[in-house]
This record gives sequence, structure tokens and C-alpha cells, in this order.
Amino acid sequence: MIRRPLRPLARILQARAEGADPAEIEREAIRARNDEARDAMRLRAEGRLIVLVLCFVGAFTTVGVRMGVLAATEPSEPKVAGAHEVIRATRSDITDRNGRILATNLPTHSLYAQPPQMVDPAHAARELVKIFPDLDAETLERRFTDGRKFLWVKRKISPEQMQAVHDIGEPGLLFGPREMRLYPNGQLASHILGGASFGKEGVHAAEVIGTAGIEKAFDTYLRDPGLSGAPLILSIDLTVQSAVRRVLEGGMALMNAKGASAVMMDVHTGEILAMVSLPDFDPNDRPNPLAVGDDPSDSPLFNRAVQGVYELGSVFKIFTAAQAVELGLVSPDTMIDTSGPMKVSGFRIGEFRNKDHGRISVSDVIVKSSNRGTARLALQIGGPRQREFLETLGLLAPTDLELVEAPTGRPLLPERWTELSTVTISYGHGLSSSPAHLASAYASLLNGGTRVRPTLLRQSGPQMGERVVSLRTSAAAREMLRSVVASDHGTASFAEVTGYSVGGKTGTADKPTPRGGYYNDKVIATFASVFPSHEPRYVLVVTLDEPVETSGAKPRRTAGWTAVPVAAEIVRRAAPLLGLRPSVDAGTLPKVIPTAN
Amino acid sequence: MRGFLLVPAALGVMGLAFWAYQENYRTQAVAAEAAALQTEIGQLRDRLALLEAEWAYLNRPERLRALTILNYDRLGLLPFAPEQFGSIDQVAFPPDPIELIVSGAIEARAIGTGESWP
Repeated sequence: MIRRPLRPLARILQARAEGADPAEIEREAIRARNDEARDAMRLRAEGRLIVLVLCFVGAFTTVGVRMGVLAATEPSEPKVAGAHEVIRATRSDITDRNGRILATNLPTHSLYAQPPQMVDPAHAARELVKIFPDLDAETLERRFTDGRKFLWVKRKISPEQMQAVHDIGEPGLLFGPREMRLYPNGQLASHILGGASFGKEGVHAAEVIGTAGIEKAFDTYLRDPGLSGAPLILSIDLTVQSAVRRVLEGGMALMNAKGASAVMMDVHTGEILAMVSLPDFDPNDRPNPLAVGDDPSDSPLFNRAVQGVYELGSVFKIFTAAQAVELGLVSPDTMIDTSGPMKVSGFRIGEFRNKDHGRISVSDVIVKSSNRGTARLALQIGGPRQREFLETLGLLAPTDLELVEAPTGRPLLPERWTELSTVTISYGHGLSSSPAHLASAYASLLNGGTRVRPTLLRQSGPQMGERVVSLRTSAAAREMLRSVVASDHGTASFAEVTGYSVGGKTGTADKPTPRGGYYNDKVIATFASVFPSHEPRYVLVVTLDEPVETSGAKPRRTAGWTAVPVAAEIVRRAAPLLGLRPSVDAGTLPKVIPTAN
Repeated sequence: MRGFLLVPAALGVMGLAFWAYQENYRTQAVAAEAAALQTEIGQLRDRLALLEAEWAYLNRPERLRALTILNYDRLGLLPFAPEQFGSIDQVAFPPDPIELIVSGAIEARAIGTGESWP
């Protein structure tokens, strides 16, 4: 850039010569220079403004275009981000305590028809009946041709049946996917699992909902997609359940009983390891409930272990004896006069077969199952205290088992707890409860004396329930129960299983007639037991409905002859499966035969 | 001077654009693969559930019991009984393997292969 001088010599000289002011020339030059500088600066500022404008226009255009694109496109789920969490819409499995499947889902198909698309309805109906013999060809054809647009033919079909339907070649027969609930073990745990059926049904999917048992009690939980397939783990042990059911089924047939139930429970955790009620059903094909008015206990759907509320008889005597010991009224060795006659509120209290045991110890009252002995103890205890004690054992309210049927197993109490009620309840009459109640009450009494609530879910540790009786009373009760089995004149001598030190109490109660009296020849035989009695682990309650043992000259109906041998066999089969080692010398091993020969 | 800066910058921009496009295509390929794998996982999970159901059905205690009865001649299986618990004293110690190696070596030397062990 050419720099012009502020005072060009030529012009100064000329001005001087003309007599003008040379400073004028300098000012003009300065002004011209300032103008020039100002123009340059404006140009630069304008350039910057344009760049800035372009930047902003670019930025806002980008934002605007992006918004337009977002608004115009279909929404889609991010593919990569969602890859980690898999949401499964299917109903969760149910497994036993060791993870063996009790209930799972099976993909299958449903068959429906769209009659307007059908080519030859009569042929299709004939062919369908060949595949599904339970359908009726005429009804089917009438339905295909009566103008309806849609009808279900079969809710669930197998892959083979689906192929066969395909082979008919009828375009109006269509398939929809279905999730089917499958119980691979069939009848094994039918009353616990309950069953499932379809809820809301569409062509492409159907809701599977629980209809009974734990399936219904945990319906919302099992359907929660957030679980992403984590199974519901029950406390049941499949092998033990199987062994118990097998033995009970055999015992029921042998003792000519019309029903039977067994509950095996862990005394510390309250977990139900096996619960069987016979007769049972196949939850894959749940039968319909009986018509109203029939005796519900005749239905295979009836869960005797939970809903079967009966007077259980002498098994209650141990509660009376234990409470008397706990209150310090007696010790197991205190002598009690059990001789008759004894009258309470005008009713005669008798013994089984009108025996007279005379003066015997409290322990022998339990061993010989003396009604008058327990009645005397109960009169010492008194009604209010007895009621309170039975309440702490959970015998006066429905069990909190996780089954929808549990609240229906409500114990039947006397309307007024009179002195006579106190006496009869002390030996198990006048108060009806279910085998599940009895098992949890025995567990609470015998595990060291803390309350245990029965549960069907696997637990991680023992329940630290409130104290029911002291450790000493609990041990004394176990000793008394042990002597019922171990002593020669005990009512449950058949329960002796070598090595497992079973202790228990029998109970034989006459069944009530619908009109209010009692049958002479129909009883409920119960055996409630604990094993091993010195270090209690499990409680087992076996109940037989109307058993009669006919090997002797006279038919025998007492629990000692019916329920006790069945319970002993259950202990013999189930205890090794539970990993319980026999506590005494197991004797010589049987001779080993090489199986290859 | 300015040209010296502009040329590498332009080359740099072209290089980065090339790299960015490549990454984009690779990401798309991987995403497609992931989606395919997800589908496969879903199918395999369904299959696994089916196989587990079949396994549970074939291993139901009732069937196993029938099978042990049918094959009693060959397997000789009976229900687990309390008598089958043994104590550790009833199990004989296995012969000491170290002793055997040494006695073998001694024998080998006694036969006299001419070579001794280092």
C-alpha cells in the first residue's frame, strides 16, 4: 500500500507560494486517511456479519430439517440399545426346590375356521372328525354353513394334528399360535399347582391365566414380563413328593380308604416339602367342579390337606399335655388319675373301648391316649388359656399357604367355648382343622418352640417366629411323642423306622353325619409325627378318610392300624431322599450283586 | 503460505469423511448382525424351552419308575433305602499310586534294561 505523506512537499511549497495555509493541506490529508480506514473497517464488519448470518441460518436449517424428518418418519425402537434386556411375554415357569420343572409353556397352535373362505365345508367337516374323534361332523357342517364369519374349532392342537389338518387342503381352516401351559409331571403335584386356562383370546395370541392353586395365587406375579423368565421356585421336592404320593396311593388302596392326604413340612423353615391329596387329577386336563349341592370332598379337585377340615381326634392331646407342662401345672412324670366315671356338664367322658388306665403319668396319658387324662389336664388349664394357646399355634385361623384354596380351609370352632368344649377340644373333638394346620402346629411345638407358618415357596433360612413354648417343653413333648412310638404299649408302635427315631401321635375320629351325629363305622385316621425326634427336622401328617384294615378277624379302623404303617413307609422312603442319615448303626449292607452278571 | 495450510486441511477433511462413512457402514452391518442374532437367540430360547419341557416330561418320576421296573434285570435299581447309607470306614483306601510307580521302577531296573533313571 502506498503511503501518502500528510504534508506533500510540492503542494506545501505551492501553497506557501500562493500564501495559503499549509496546515489546511495536512488536515485534509488526515481526513482522507481516516475515511479510508473507516471504510476498510466497515467492510470487515459486514463480512463478519454475513458469516455469522450464514452460520445461524445453517444451524437453524439443520434443526428445522431434523425436526421435520423426526415428525414425518414412523417411530421405531432402537435396535442396539435394547439388546441387553430381553423382555419375555410368556408366563413364568414353576419349578421345585431343585429347579426341576413343575409347570412350563409349550408353543402350540389353535385351529379356527373362516367359513366364507371354505371350498367344501362338508368334506372339511368329515375330514376334521377323522382327526378329532370328539367332534361331531353334522354339528360342524351346520356351523360351517350357517353364515357365521368365524368359529373356533380346537383351542389346542398338536403338531401332528396340525399337519393332518393342513393335508385336508381346505383354505378356510386356519391356525393361530398359542402358548399352552404344560405340567410335565401330570398328577404329581396337582393340588398345589392347580391349573391354567385361556383368558382373553384372539387369533394371534391368548392370555394364559391360572385357575386354581398356586397358579391362581401367583397369577399376576407369573404374568409379570419384568421377570424375564425367572421361574417361581416352590419348596416342594419333586422326588419326595413322588415317593410320598406313591406310598400314600398304595396305602390308600391297602387300607380301603376313600381318600388320603399327607403333608411333610420342614420344622424350622416351614417349607412344605411334599403335600399330597388323593384322589387327585391331571392339571393338564382339569376336570370340571362338581355341581352345587354335592359333597365337595368327593371331587378330585378337593385338596384334603388344606381344605379338608375335620375333627382330627387324639393328635390334639399333645397340645394339652405340652401346655400343662409349659404352665408348670405338671411335669411329664406327674401322676394323673384317669379312672372313671367322669362327667363334665352332664356328659360322660369315656375312654376308647371303655378301658380304665388307672393312675398313670402325663407321659403315659399320651402313650395310652387317655381321654380322661387329657380332660383333667384341660380342666386345670382352663378354657381361655387353652384357646389362647391353640391360637398361637395357628389352629384357629386359616393357614397362610400360598394357594387360593387356603382361606377356605377355615377351622370350625365351637360357638361358645364352654367347659365341655375345653374338655372335648383337649382330645381333638369339637374343633375341626386341616392336616396343614396340624403339621404347622406340630412343627411350631416341636422345633424348639417357635411359631412356624407353612409356606410353599423355597426359603433361604429358618423362620424366627415368636416363641410358643420353651425349649424344655418342646423337648418334653418330643420325648412323649417318641415314647408313643417306642414303648411296647404305645398306640403307634408300627411307626418305628430303624434309625430315624420317629415320634408321633395317632388320632382316630368318628366322621360326622350330615345330620349332626357321628357314624359308627366311618373314621378319619390321622398320624402326626416328627422325625428324628431328638433333633427334629421334619413333620409328617398322614390322614386316611374312612380306612378299614381287614387282615384280622375283625375290621380295624384305628389310626394305629391304618395311618401309622403308611406314615412309617413314607418316612422310610422319604428320609433317605432328604439326605437324612440313619442315626444308629444301619446294620450290615445287603450283599452286593454285580449288575452286569 | 495459506495454500500450505489449506491443502492438508482439505485432505484431512476428505480423510475424516471417508473414515466416518466407513464407520457408519460398519455400524449398520454390526447392528444388522445383532438383530439377526437376537432373532436367533429368541428362536433358540423357544427351542430350549421346548426341549426342557420334553426333558421334564421324559424324566417324570412316574415314567422313570416304570422304566426301572421294566429294566430291573439289567439295572437292578431299587428305591433308596436307609440301609444304603454307609460309613466312611466301610470304604477301603485305594492302593497308593506313588508306591506303585516306585515299585515299577525298581522292577524295571532289576530286569536290567541297562538304563538307569536320571
